[in-house]
Amino acid sequence: MTLKTNLKNILAIVFATLILSACSTAKKTGDLDGDVYTGKETVEYLAAGVPDRVFFATNKSSLTTASRATLRKQATFLRKNKNLNVTIEGHADERGTREYNLALGERRANAARDYLMTYGISGKRISVISYGKEKPINAESSPIAWSQNRRSVTVKVN
Amino acid sequence: MKKTIYIFLINFLFFTNLNALIEVDITRGNLDPLPIAVSPLHVDIKSENFKDLKVKDLGAEIAKIIEKNFRNTGLFNPLKKEAFVQKPDIAHLKPRFEDWRLIKAQALVTGKLLVKDEKLKVEFRLWDLTAAQEMTALAFTTTPSNWRRVAHIISDKIYERLTGEEGYFDTRIIYVAESGPKSQRVKKLAIMDQDGFNTKYLTLGNELVLTPRFNPTNQMVTYMSYFRNMPRVYLLDIETGTQEVVGNFPGMTFAPRFSPDGKKIIMSFAKDGNSDIFTMDLETRVVERITEHSSIDTSPSFSPDGKFIAFNSDRSGLQQIYVMRSDGSNVKRVTFGKGIYGTPVWSPRGDLIAFTKMHKGRFYIGVMRTDGSGERLLTENYYQEAPSWSPNGRVLVFYRETKAGNKGEGFSAKLWSIDITGYNERRLSTKTDASDPSWSSLLSK
Repeated sequence: MTLKTNLKNILAIVFATLILSACSTAKKTGDLDGDVYTGKETVEYLAAGVPDRVFFATNKSSLTTASRATLRKQATFLRKNKNLNVTIEGHADERGTREYNLALGERRANAARDYLMTYGISGKRISVISYGKEKPINAESSPIAWSQNRRSVTVKVN
Repeated sequence: MKKTIYIFLINFLFFTNLNALIEVDITRGNLDPLPIAVSPLHVDIKSENFKDLKVKDLGAEIAKIIEKNFRNTGLFNPLKKEAFVQKPDIAHLKPRFEDWRLIKAQALVTGKLLVKDEKLKVEFRLWDLTAAQEMTALAFTTTPSNWRRVAHIISDKIYERLTGEEGYFDTRIIYVAESGPKSQRVKKLAIMDQDGFNTKYLTLGNELVLTPRFNPTNQMVTYMSYFRNMPRVYLLDIETGTQEVVGNFPGMTFAPRFSPDGKKIIMSFAKDGNSDIFTMDLETRVVERITEHSSIDTSPSFSPDGKFIAFNSDRSGLQQIYVMRSDGSNVKRVTFGKGIYGTPVWSPRGDLIAFTKMHKGRFYIGVMRTDGSGERLLTENYYQEAPSWSPNGRVLVFYRETKAGNKGEGFSAKLWSIDITGYNERRLSTKTDASDPSWSSLLSK
């Protein structure tokens, strides 16, 4: 075998690897906008078409456009079900200190609560609880798992 | 428990010849640990049995604990017993200094014990082999079941004599014992001796518990619990087991610590998306607001003189460490390095603040001066946080978590310690996975 064919083979392998890795990144980033999770995995529904959770960027508690759309659906659902109360659970990913994450989870849950209130849902119907990084929905240590764990989840109480 | 140990100073030699004394410098990483021989304590043949204690072996067991304590400091090199040149009882009367020097020992610990009338009498001597003289000697009487503590107290006395600093062996560590899969962790409060023995569980694991911290003046503990799904700060008396909610806050309270005099608890209270710092006086129940800011203010820690508070805030955008007067005035940001900073903890000596730093996906435990200058990162890892100081301010204990695979496999949480010199990093043995350690004061102080 000549050096040339050797090089050719190596290049072919390198090229193939590049394509493969490009595919796998594409698949993953498909579920992320920046580092906010946009996929459907882990999401549950309060009713048909009403997702129970919204996702946040690292260290942030601001609501994305998609989050606001989800929360408006929740508000509509809550207006139709006047006797239903909810708890909003705020969560953080595992890449922060425990105490700060407790505060961050509380801030995220309240961001969702405030938005529901601006759409006419009484604050009395919505309690919040922060679990910080204590209750990951996805136990893996990966950017996708962390993005799924940075969430606030609206849970029916009664 | 505290009252059951009596210490008598039986012999204290006053040295005029200071040059001859061996000493250990603990202000720098010690790469040349002091060779020390810990002779098994001689067990008096008049000793009686006590419950299921193996009295015959007690002298050797106590020596083993002392050796392990010393080895773990990284400052001492306990020599192998096979090389010992004298029987324990004879060495305790008067060592043949030149023979011990032959095995390269510089210090020698000898002792004897007697178990009689349900009491354990122990005495020990520390010898400077180079100067050929006794350095210190002590005798104790206690109940035989306290024998491990006796070993720790002897270790403390020797450490104190050789380093000029208070020891930290007769202490306990409270922590959160963890079990179960990562997404459904069961967490219990646990307490153990600093060497990993005598583990006791203080809660059953029915509710999530976090961040236990010792009162620096007694055996009270403050921690956070999700009892009845209401995340609140609690006060627990570990001797009696009684506990109560701290304050009557209409929302989550968390990140508790005691004031240095043990009379107040300082903590965060979260409401409507905003966390601020409050104190509550445990006697008068008076609650005081310390910070008022729309950012997250948490992880408060008093300076040992009670005049200042270090805390964590994201008022600049991301988590940084701030210092203020204890009334909340004069807030100053002290961290300006690359990355973000959390969990400031003021050293019991007052000179340093320990912290967690996060930078480019790595976690560091570090120390800095209280104005933020002189930052030194002691250890880097995938995930670690929550440093707690040894009572003499020389060692930090913290917890470290490992990366998990796609079902959470490979995940673990363990306690580690490191000297503030950056040397002597080691894992503490715990019966289960563990996090959120807090180091007690010296029990016999």
